[in-house]
Amino acid sequence: MTESLANPVVADEPAQITGAQSLVRALEHAGVDVIFGIPGGAILPAYDPLFDSSIRHILVRHEQGAGHAAQGYAMVTGRVGVCMATSGPGATNLVTAIADAHMDSVPIVAITGQVPSGAIGTDAFQEADIRGITMPITKHSYLVTNPDEIPRVIAEAFHIASTGRPGPVLVDIAKDAMQKMTTFQWPHELALPGYRPTTRPHGKQVREAAKLIAEAKRPVLYVGGGVIKAEAASELAALVALTRIPVVTTLMARGAFPDSHELHLGMPGMHGSVAAVGALQKSDLLITLGARFDDRVTGHLPSFAPDAKVIHADIDPAEISKNRHADVPIVGDCKEVIAELVLMLHKQADEDGLVVECDAWRAQMLALKAKYPVAYDKPEAGLAPQKVIERISDFSGPEATYVAGVGQHQMWAAHYVDFERPRQWLNSGGAGTMGYCVPAAMGAKVGTPDAVVWAIDGDGCFQMTNQELATCAIEGIPIKVAIINNSSLGMVRQWQTLFYDSRYSNTDLNTGSEEIGALRIPDFVKLAEAMGCVGLRCETEADLDATIEKAMAINDRPVVVDFVVERDAMVWPMVAAGTSNDDIKVARDLAPEWDEEVL
Amino acid sequence: MSRHVLSVLVENTPGALARVSSLFMRRGFNIESLAVGPTEIPEVSRMTIVVNLDELPLEQVTKQLNKLVNVLKIVELDDTAVQRELMMIKVKIDAQTRGQVLETVQLFRAKVVDVATDAITIEATGDSGKLNAMLAVLEPFGIREIVQSGRVAIGRGSRSITDRTLRAVPGSSVAV
Repeated sequence: MTESLANPVVADEPAQITGAQSLVRALEHAGVDVIFGIPGGAILPAYDPLFDSSIRHILVRHEQGAGHAAQGYAMVTGRVGVCMATSGPGATNLVTAIADAHMDSVPIVAITGQVPSGAIGTDAFQEADIRGITMPITKHSYLVTNPDEIPRVIAEAFHIASTGRPGPVLVDIAKDAMQKMTTFQWPHELALPGYRPTTRPHGKQVREAAKLIAEAKRPVLYVGGGVIKAEAASELAALVALTRIPVVTTLMARGAFPDSHELHLGMPGMHGSVAAVGALQKSDLLITLGARFDDRVTGHLPSFAPDAKVIHADIDPAEISKNRHADVPIVGDCKEVIAELVLMLHKQADEDGLVVECDAWRAQMLALKAKYPVAYDKPEAGLAPQKVIERISDFSGPEATYVAGVGQHQMWAAHYVDFERPRQWLNSGGAGTMGYCVPAAMGAKVGTPDAVVWAIDGDGCFQMTNQELATCAIEGIPIKVAIINNSSLGMVRQWQTLFYDSRYSNTDLNTGSEEIGALRIPDFVKLAEAMGCVGLRCETEADLDATIEKAMAINDRPVVVDFVVERDAMVWPMVAAGTSNDDIKVARDLAPEWDEEVL
Repeated sequence: MSRHVLSVLVENTPGALARVSSLFMRRGFNIESLAVGPTEIPEVSRMTIVVNLDELPLEQVTKQLNKLVNVLKIVELDDTAVQRELMMIKVKIDAQTRGQVLETVQLFRAKVVDVATDAITIEATGDSGKLNAMLAVLEPFGIREIVQSGRVAIGRGSRSITDRTLRAVPGSSVAV
């Protein structure tokens, strides 16, 4: 070893290495196998030892892409995703992805170079106070100016990012700290006296919850992304098998419970199914598991689920009673909470004869689900976007991973892909980041190279971050991109149709065909080919299956399919922003008929 | 809304104060007063934060503060706690008013820390009621300048909010 040769006399002394070498070694110790990033001045020292490391570095084309790729990697693997950027603009380009990871509780570590410690605060070239900038959108952050701190900081960053409620951690390292000499020592334990996530639920609270469940007449399991983060899908399945209580899964929880299960009522919220929205509204008990009463789920908060008591289980105590008062708060990891709850319900049944009885309610909800399936009308002319997504799901199955951007295509994907397993679905839920899709799909494919990864994107979103297709083509990351191309910022256009008298101010993207008077700029097929991908186009339903089959057959390169769809399709059902969930519409001006019988 | 006094123990690291104060700002909570200083434990700093909030936002702000990795402990002090603020007041004087001002200083058990021919500077300690009362008395003489510290507060009796924090440090290490 060169290190021991350099210090032949003092063999017991840890070898002197640079801070940059210490950083790379720390990342290796943390179990990192891939980093998405771009080098630049201040981070340059780290890229030299990285060149020799077992860690794969994927050179992206924009730091935002590195951040979303780290998220995609983390979402499919459950491990910490890592992105790296230089100081100043390199670091600020990560901000959107960090904010996104913060909103959706995705464990990522962002490593940024900082100007030399002596230059900090002098407005040096490419200086930005990235720790200050990201303070509100990180779970924690560090500025390292002493190279001796590097291993400890990296160990803490990975621990904090991945435990409790996961989230992004930023590690900003001054250039001189990477250049100075230090020794490497991986910490055996971390002293984080202010960080003690509660994972084990309080027994009394679980007992209270079990009691409420047994007393409830109209209970609903309101399942959020926390169930996926906690790897609690099998515990949830056991809870449903035991209680036969209907389930709704939020946008972040699609796949936490199989869509094919008869008791699954679908997704609640602004574009939720009638059964899911209706079940929450008419419930007398919400069993909330790893969900956070987001405004997109509750609609007008005071009129949300007005008769329901609330059991709220979350690993983050700050989520409990934040938006809606919890009658039974349970702080804990969903996996442990649900397992304990199942045990308690069994015990309660054996000892006190208390069992869940909600047959009439269940029947009523299943009838609602049958009466108002999530469905769409076939357009008079052109390709239905929902149909495209339905067929992609049919061909690829639940083994594939589906990644969406933000907008209409995202909602259609949430409804029309068949979700059967956790980590099958990635999207930007809380932040609503257009541009998430392509780089996140890239990260997902790197994390699970054997899975088919479909990026279901919109023509607007796709134009924000598609440069990562070049990364995918060069690095051998064969994702499949389905552009649901309606030649417009579709969701905004839908709101303009509904709420702005069809005045389409600045929503026409001109990516469609001449038939609708669009300029087809850019031509997505040519763009794909220019990036080293296969470009395909499908404009009719007749070509749909053959095109998807063709895309499925290409596995040596990324494929981009331009699905030119009918532009007036809208996302239904819909609860208009700020209104009550009771006012859900299944189509324009069409409200469902609620069964007035109150159980 | 009601006034609450929070004692927040934080790790004595750079950025801890910024994290706490920016959290109040971004969550839309107003700080009435904030004082920060060292404790008997070198690794721990103590902030005394006075907020005017309803019960529900107070619970939320406490929970959000607890999420900060550098925050070790939060205790809401009740009304019985000893609460003090420090104020320095520069008051105009002349030959006639000088005696009256000095009398006020004595009355409020304050101290004169600087004297000039046309002004004196008074140092006063107390709760905000006392300081406001003194200000009202001094007002007619002409107040030239005021500087006031944030409130600091400590619970009565032998119990300490810091001793258990110390004990928590070794026990909270995480094996990696």
